[in-house]
Amino acid sequence: MSVAGWATIALFAVILTALAFPLGSYMAAVYSGRRVFLSPIFAGPEAFLYRLFRVDIKQEQDWKAYAKSLLVFSLTGWLLLYLILRTQDAFYVPHLLNPQAFHSGTWDVTFNTTSSFLTNTNWQYYAGETTMSYFSQMAGLTVQNWLSAGVGMVVAVALIRGIVGPAPRRDGVAGKGLGNFWQDMVRTVLYVLVPISVIGALVLASQGVIQNFAGYLTAHTITGLTQTIAMGPVASQEAIKLLGTNGGGFFNVNSAHPFENPTSFTNFFEMLLVLIIPAALIFTYGRMTGNRRQGYAIYGAVMLMFLGAVAVAYIAEAHGSPAQHAAGLNTHVISGSGGGNMEGKEQRFGIAGSALFNVITTVTSCGAVNSALESFTGIGGAVPFANLSASEVIFGGVGTGLYSILLYVLLAVFIGGLMVGRTPEWLGKKIEAREIKLAGLGILITPLAALFCTAMATASKAGRASIAEVAAAGPQGFSETFYAYLSQANNNGSAFAGYTGYIQPNAGNLGAHGVKFADILGGFDMLFARYMPILFALAVAGSLAGKRVSPAGLGTMRTDNPTFVILLIGVIVLVGALTFFPALLLGPIVQGLTGHLY
Amino acid sequence: MKRDIVTSLIAMLVFTVLLGLVYPFAITGISQVLFPGDANGQKVYVNGRLVGSRIIGQPFTKVVYKNGKIVESEEEPVTEPDPRYFQSRPSATEGGAYNAAASAFSNRGPNSKITEAADAENIKAYLQLNKRYDPGLTVGQIPVDAVNTSGSNLDPEISQANAWIQAHRIAVLRRLPLATVNGLISKYTSGRGLGFSGEPGVNVLELNLALDRLTGGKG
Repeated sequence: MSVAGWATIALFAVILTALAFPLGSYMAAVYSGRRVFLSPIFAGPEAFLYRLFRVDIKQEQDWKAYAKSLLVFSLTGWLLLYLILRTQDAFYVPHLLNPQAFHSGTWDVTFNTTSSFLTNTNWQYYAGETTMSYFSQMAGLTVQNWLSAGVGMVVAVALIRGIVGPAPRRDGVAGKGLGNFWQDMVRTVLYVLVPISVIGALVLASQGVIQNFAGYLTAHTITGLTQTIAMGPVASQEAIKLLGTNGGGFFNVNSAHPFENPTSFTNFFEMLLVLIIPAALIFTYGRMTGNRRQGYAIYGAVMLMFLGAVAVAYIAEAHGSPAQHAAGLNTHVISGSGGGNMEGKEQRFGIAGSALFNVITTVTSCGAVNSALESFTGIGGAVPFANLSASEVIFGGVGTGLYSILLYVLLAVFIGGLMVGRTPEWLGKKIEAREIKLAGLGILITPLAALFCTAMATASKAGRASIAEVAAAGPQGFSETFYAYLSQANNNGSAFAGYTGYIQPNAGNLGAHGVKFADILGGFDMLFARYMPILFALAVAGSLAGKRVSPAGLGTMRTDNPTFVILLIGVIVLVGALTFFPALLLGPIVQGLTGHLY
Repeated sequence: MKRDIVTSLIAMLVFTVLLGLVYPFAITGISQVLFPGDANGQKVYVNGRLVGSRIIGQPFTKVVYKNGKIVESEEEPVTEPDPRYFQSRPSATEGGAYNAAASAFSNRGPNSKITEAADAENIKAYLQLNKRYDPGLTVGQIPVDAVNTSGSNLDPEISQANAWIQAHRIAVLRRLPLATVNGLISKYTSGRGLGFSGEPGVNVLELNLALDRLTGGKG
């Protein structure tokens, strides 16, 4: 460990908060329909898009109509993406956009990939530079990086509107409208994602993230070898991949690749891109409820859990691994070397930059990695597990994090109400059986999917076929399997990357075949655990929207003070621990505690 | 429902054109004008020949010949380190080390005997290559990056400690003062981003090219 390492972590938290606060206010203005400083640029295109889409934005949608638009839009996207990926070598793809003349992947891996990008998961059984044409990366995968992020954000906004309660209709009846899905999507893309993504892509390109349509280079090295170097339009995809907490790398090794993340500066910048929107949305929530302290309470809770996770991962990785120690390596800091578990880590990021990055991308649903998770130590690797076990509420994905933690807030309010013996109220609205049932289901769907799929994959021969040869002995194979389905259920997409779903003898998909069991089970895991919680969150919003607001009384439990922060953390940890602890014991914790080699 | 379907189809096509074609082409256009070197992969040429990318690691090894024939193992030519050049970190990509057309993680687990064996083998190889020129070198002095594979397996950098040890070998084989070699190491070391982010690292390709310029390719 080093001073610079701890400084990186501390400064990151400070800079993130400083940037997220104004962005949160800005987004609150955008979603409330107020004019913002970008309105002069985007108001025209915005109106044009509504005309083009033939939508009447004055029409408020109740939760069912909102959900219906969302599901139809997602299904359309699924079909289009599947079509694009399956016709990579079709006549309409110009050579410029498929210079390596790649064929299409098999149907099973394409099913998995399509479901993965639609659900903001970006789980990748394929390797980008040996599988995907530039056209597929841009017009297929990148488009869903934008839109799946947008879908997550609009659900969060709809839920906030439900909690706050829409303005009463003209006849005085409490309104049930949650806003308009199409309007929210267009505004999210134009006013939030486009400006940050364009700036992000240009900053990255200026620092060495490549952006071209060249064919792969052939270099003749000074010692007489040849090296083929993959190329592509990377920066444009990299920015939105991180900003939208998607995480699907252009290259197989994701943000560890020097063309995706060339310097320690870009590493820091990329980490900010990942967390900026999830952090800002919490402030947006405070603004839109009219009580900023509501946002501060949630921000405090998740920031505490986040910093705890980072500290554990950093200390564990700096300590080194049992395998290193058994081989006789000195993992201490020495002059000119940071020491630690450098297996699977890049020199320019070091231990702190690698641990911090991977914690950030596993607390959010990003799932990008800049170092090999599979090579993290038992305890260091248990941190991503724990982050996923907390169901992506520690900041979480763009939008998904906020609507997920708001369901936890509902649960905490309910439990708190039971403890003090009062009818639970949240921002002046009575919480009743219906909301608690919906929130409970929304919270439990993800663990249910993860554990069910892990059990299926562990118990069947077809499932175990995906385990990497090097991990076959001992708990590592179980860790791989568990992580795979946990990550897909949480729509995260990071991996203990030895877990295999696609086997390619050569670049370009010729002669390749998918591991059908893993591809299909994982695909359904992602779809189920994405759209069911969305429906429950929207249903909660719909249920709350119609309720009358009563003023807070003496007996009302506050949801904006330190006591509530502690209660909220307690509920999150309790649910996560009770659900996942037995399974975690079998994998990473055994490895972390015993130091045994397998 | 019908309305939703029509709107979805139009919206998906419009978004695909705007976000999937206009956006990446615009970023490409701007990047190619403003930062052509970076956007095209920081290509490095020697005498007009492309020798690699500045930020993609590569092996400084040579093919082993026996009785005038290339020695092969599992259909891949066997290579050995060229001792006149600084050596990059170990790399375990498929189809030979530093395969930049198919990046891959090594996925070596923390509690795996395979990881231990790979580490032990790399320690042995490192000592074999360097101990003759740096007699005081012990296992405890070998920095971790010299033994562990990187994340991308394409790491363009090594730690300073790793470079300082190898400098002894380079100085002897190239008949240079050690101070000169260490000076070059400092020159091609990048510091921490913003002063605190990451670790300092030495760019191996740049360093080796500088050595060749100093003493000629034959060294």
